[in-house]
Amino acid sequence: MSVLIYTENAEGKFKKSTFEAVSYARAIADQNNTNLVAISIGDVSNDELAGLAKYGADKVLNVSNTKLKNFINQAYASVIADAAKKEGADIIVLSNSFSGRGLAPRIAVKIEAGLADGAVSLPEQNGGKFTVKKTAFSGKAFAVVELTTANKVISLTPNSYKLVEKAVTPAIEDFSSEGNASDFKAMIKEIVRSTDKVSLPDADIVVSGGRGLKGPENWGMVEELAGLLGAALACSKPVSDSGWRPHSEHVGQTGIAVSPNLYIAIGISGAIQHLAGVSSSKVIVVINKDPEAPFFKVADYGIVGDAFEVVPKLIAAVKEYKASA
Amino acid sequence: MKILVCISNVPDTTTKITFTDNNTQFNTAGVQFILNPYDEIALARAIELTDGGNGSVTVINVGEAATEPTIRKALAIGATDAVRINAKAHDAWYVAYQVAEYVKANSFDLILTGRESIDYNGSKVAGMLGELLDLPSVSIIKKLDIEGGNVTVEREIEGGKEILTIPLPIVAGCAEGVAEPKIPNMRGIMSARTKPLTIVEPIEVKNFSEVISYETPAPRGQVKLVSVDDTAKLVDLLHEEARVI
Repeated sequence: MSVLIYTENAEGKFKKSTFEAVSYARAIADQNNTNLVAISIGDVSNDELAGLAKYGADKVLNVSNTKLKNFINQAYASVIADAAKKEGADIIVLSNSFSGRGLAPRIAVKIEAGLADGAVSLPEQNGGKFTVKKTAFSGKAFAVVELTTANKVISLTPNSYKLVEKAVTPAIEDFSSEGNASDFKAMIKEIVRSTDKVSLPDADIVVSGGRGLKGPENWGMVEELAGLLGAALACSKPVSDSGWRPHSEHVGQTGIAVSPNLYIAIGISGAIQHLAGVSSSKVIVVINKDPEAPFFKVADYGIVGDAFEVVPKLIAAVKEYKASA
Repeated sequence: MKILVCISNVPDTTTKITFTDNNTQFNTAGVQFILNPYDEIALARAIELTDGGNGSVTVINVGEAATEPTIRKALAIGATDAVRINAKAHDAWYVAYQVAEYVKANSFDLILTGRESIDYNGSKVAGMLGELLDLPSVSIIKKLDIEGGNVTVEREIEGGKEILTIPLPIVAGCAEGVAEPKIPNMRGIMSARTKPLTIVEPIEVKNFSEVISYETPAPRGQVKLVSVDDTAKLVDLLHEEARVI
């Protein structure tokens, strides 16, 4: 047996969430006293692939077939299941990214594996029981799930496992696998990726605005604060429902769940549905003029004050901090 | 066009989540169950696509009799008919397996799900269905249009979007942006009572996972308030104490 980690790339580069998943998979391999094999699919340079060894990938399988250059979940699932079979891997790990969510269920069905999606900590393996803790009820709770199958697939929630460096000598091998003919029905017409903005699910810091900001024309200061902090932008449901901001920024129970190191909520009262999506943030800062806003009850730090007064002052303070740092 | 929409019965978004039996059971006392919000989006799009007699929308739910009010709600919103697989929805694998068996016996041009259910948040059923039926699947879509025999979807990716064209049939998990949820009107509510709801017995299948227990997030300590005029102190706390900037 061994552990197989699928290392997702975006335009040939691995993201932090990929390295987190490698660190996590390394720890699982150590729990089981076995090897960690990584599989990378697409156009990734050898230098980039060698970076996987820094986090403990004993071997890297590189699939650089032109047909597989872009992500097609159906074909990638075939290739990864094929690699698992050839490597004798019974645990497959990947990141619970948008693509990961399209991929993991297909792999799980192919290899008849139980799937723990959105894992937030290492599995526990006691007395033949293999259990994984995952988020449930949209962040309002966690569920401990036992995978009762011989093969197992685990997708890791981004920002929930720390990077652990454990350098090994990189061994990169070409791995040839084609997928099935029926895997290639989907045609990618266009990929739009804004490279200047931090993506919300991956962000270490998130700056989020609510109705308290009164209108889309007032987002300039939110963007400025986010820019200074290298943060991603987010918003509450009423804001995206009103069309002030795109749905892709909506954080909460029916939007995206995030788990950044720092979540700054500006003018968001903290409805239970919104709190669900941010509850696994490590530190929460709330800026709201209403001292009774429910968000303060789950915040670590807060400023009671009008956003239009507080945010410019906060921007000035961050600028000062950055100038002195 | 024949569209199948997979729906689940979930606790209302305002529910305070608690557990019983030593944190092994979800406490359903006083909990209002609703049609999963993402499934409402999928259903709304299915109704738009078949508008004007251009096909039918079947909703399918894996659940015990208690889920029927939610199924009737989907019929009131505008589904043509409904199927209930008479079993507890054990996990995503179980649900996907039951739905796949139904689809094999009753073909559909398009199968929609919500991007995830708001109780277990797995985003798994669409992908598993795709695999079980050997069909393309797209898990989190923000837009869906059909032209001829092809469907064009916009898929969410980190920091952007991807546009795909795929020949029907496919399985797609719908998120915000695909359609606006529809509110049932009086005619819909009246007709929902008499629309066909077929009950199908489940097919036996091995379980892949079991929920062992639940936990609630650790409560946070008391909030530290900083004055409006002392934003520098907040920055300092975030740097020195919390170490997040």
